Amino acid sequence: MDTLALLADGFATSLSPLNLMIVILGVTAGLFIGAMPGLGSVNGVAIVLPLTFIVPPSSAIILLAAIYYGAMYGGAISSILLGIPGASTAVATTFDGRPMAQQGKAGLALIAAAVASFIGGTLSVVLFTLFAVPLADLALAFGPAEEFALVLMAFTTFVGLGGDDVLKTIVMICLGLVLSTVGLDLISGQPRLIFGDLPGFFSGISFLVLAIGVYGIGEILYTLETSRTAPQVTPARITLKELSAGMRAMNRLWKTMSLGSFLGFFVGMLPAAGATPAALMAYGIARSTSKEPHTFGKGNIEGVAAPETANNAASTGSLLPMLTLGIPGSPTTALLLGGMVMWGLMPGPMLFIEQPDFVWGLISSLYTANFAAVAINIALIPLFVWALRMPFTVLCAIVIVLCIVGGFAPSQKMHDVWLIAGFGVAGYLLRKADYPLAPLVLALVLGPLMEKSFRQTLIAEQGNVLAFIERPLSGTFIALAALFFVLPLVKYLRKGGSRSIAPAE
Amino acid sequence: MIYKMTRRAALAGVASVAMIAAGATSALAEGWKPQKPIEMVIMAGQGGGADRLARLFQSIIQKENLASMPVLPVNKGGGSGAEALRYLKDSEGDAHKIMATLNSYYTTPLRTDIGVDIEEFTPIARMALDTFVLWVNADSDIQTLDDYVAAVKASGGEWKMGGTGTGQEDSLVTAMLEKEFDIKVTYVPFKGGGDVAKNLVGGHIDSTVNNPSEALGFYQAGKVRPIVAFTPNRIDVFPDTPTATELGHDIVYWMQRSFVAPKDMPAEAVAYYTEMFQKLSETEEWQTYTKDKALMADFLTGDELQAYFLEERNKHAAILADMEGDGSS
Repeated sequence: MDTLALLADGFATSLSPLNLMIVILGVTAGLFIGAMPGLGSVNGVAIVLPLTFIVPPSSAIILLAAIYYGAMYGGAISSILLGIPGASTAVATTFDGRPMAQQGKAGLALIAAAVASFIGGTLSVVLFTLFAVPLADLALAFGPAEEFALVLMAFTTFVGLGGDDVLKTIVMICLGLVLSTVGLDLISGQPRLIFGDLPGFFSGISFLVLAIGVYGIGEILYTLETSRTAPQVTPARITLKELSAGMRAMNRLWKTMSLGSFLGFFVGMLPAAGATPAALMAYGIARSTSKEPHTFGKGNIEGVAAPETANNAASTGSLLPMLTLGIPGSPTTALLLGGMVMWGLMPGPMLFIEQPDFVWGLISSLYTANFAAVAINIALIPLFVWALRMPFTVLCAIVIVLCIVGGFAPSQKMHDVWLIAGFGVAGYLLRKADYPLAPLVLALVLGPLMEKSFRQTLIAEQGNVLAFIERPLSGTFIALAALFFVLPLVKYLRKGGSRSIAPAE
Repeated sequence: MIYKMTRRAALAGVASVAMIAAGATSALAEGWKPQKPIEMVIMAGQGGGADRLARLFQSIIQKENLASMPVLPVNKGGGSGAEALRYLKDSEGDAHKIMATLNSYYTTPLRTDIGVDIEEFTPIARMALDTFVLWVNADSDIQTLDDYVAAVKASGGEWKMGGTGTGQEDSLVTAMLEKEFDIKVTYVPFKGGGDVAKNLVGGHIDSTVNNPSEALGFYQAGKVRPIVAFTPNRIDVFPDTPTATELGHDIVYWMQRSFVAPKDMPAEAVAYYTEMFQKLSETEEWQTYTKDKALMADFLTGDELQAYFLEERNKHAAILADMEGDGSS
């Protein structure tokens, strides 16, 4: 087996004392960078990039990959503990992670996130090891029509669900889609919905700003109202017994986690998508295939495991087009690509042939980084949980500060801070009126992708709508989308219209 | 602020390590020196070609210790660079801000009224000119420019040309092609050059006018074929690809990669940055990069650069007027 021999050589590189130390250092730094709202893997990699000149290129890329992975793990931490997505990729983790923390199960949620990340990361690296080169061809087969069909499928998993009011879900998706059209239109190059030339709207509305607003600020407002002055955050503790109970709970989630891994890896591979849509799609699919969809959004452990497997798997997946095609699947891999160019490595179809030492050193370090990340993460859980035990009056102020910093840091514009405040109030009101917030965030993430691919297909096919169905890959996705949409409807009709009235989110 | 501080601290740390390593620091411009980190504004989002190049500059500056203060790249890509242009306009007299430009430096103020006149900005240095090449999928039968024109004509307007956003460089080159050969293509815009190249290889579009750096990997793997280069002379990396000029068609188009500064930047600061980029352009890293990526390193500063900018602006105004006159999509 050629692959295994190459991988063994790779391990010889990645397990050298220097590289092992680099992995541990990188993962720890990444964990904290990821946990800090507003600082994601992009920032982590950007900060460290110039530092990498002091080590050889193979160690440098290992350091960057370790930070990338660590940040992917870390994003879940503030999503669960504070309800603010620590990184854009961890938005979906707040849906169920935060309710779990409020029920005093923060420790369990953090374990679920760590283990799920590990499973997602490892399964995807195995896929990467075995099929990197043939899979690159699959990424090429994805044109605009296929992208559109895939995104449509993600939407239907959110619409056709039990639990939430279907009409309200559709309203929220539409609202999200409208928000996603703000900014410069790619196809015509003209600005849209910029509210009388406000320069801040030129670059569109970042979904992270929306997520921080509705989940971070909105959540605090809601908690302030419901709890008045009495703190209602259950003091969370974590013991060894809980740790093993957590592990056992994860055992039942194999189906969700393997589905999340495959989906994440696959979506991450598509240059236009990346880890955030992957996590949201995995959440939607876990929910629509679950036997008890109404428990999602209220602290279901599956709702934490699904997006966390998917976002880690996607982070591996997006390395694939970067290495094999020279096309980054995410902003972070774009920076990694820049790094490789700096060290004189040329990513692209020839890399695997010309630089096997580098490629396999990197792949093997992904295995090592995964082990290091899960170990360090679990070891630090008691510390994170302990942080939750501070009084709500203090925590509340910290959360608001973090929300503002997190919104300001990526773009460095006050415009986004004002938007966060606005979305916070809107999120609070929508929540009071029982409108689900997850579809809103989903629509803002996927909306631009969907619109772009839809219009690209129609332009390329001279307006022929049938193009979506005629192409085998996109036809399959469209059929699946129809199934996801109709299935819950059939279930609902069978039950004779006895609709379960469950409050949203 | 926390973000900024940590980032600065990290970069400052790197810089000081580099300084110790280098021993005596090189004596750049005796007089003026930056007093705080230099902000490098990028007219495009993270991860694109312009961003990658700007970060390459940053890392060379850091590695070779060309500046006494760290350089912080800041992306302001909103509105095809309108955001960056406005930001620079509002930084009049600032000695610690420079901006990395691309051709949207001319086209954006021409297309949308954002109250910016590029003539007011201070030119620093032009580092390179990026080239454009017409590409088709390697599986296609098209070998020459004549084959290409014939194929486009035969398609009856259904020929799919992929490129970056409408109004950006790729669409301008496409418009020039359409005019020169009296052909009509369906222009499909994508988000970035890498995405365009991938869609050509995947067979979703029929041709592109990618920069060589974007298609080079696929070219080396035998997946795409260069048909014609839009340069005055043949590109070293593609010695067998003719230029449009030598085939009798006057289509030459460049993407400039330059640096400019706000209006009224102090003269000593302008001298400092000009010298910094002069040294950068002489580094081995830069020379190797331009050779590998088929970039034309063409260093230009001062009044000559300003004259070049203004001439290019007029050319772009003409191309844009042509495009809109056609009413083409």
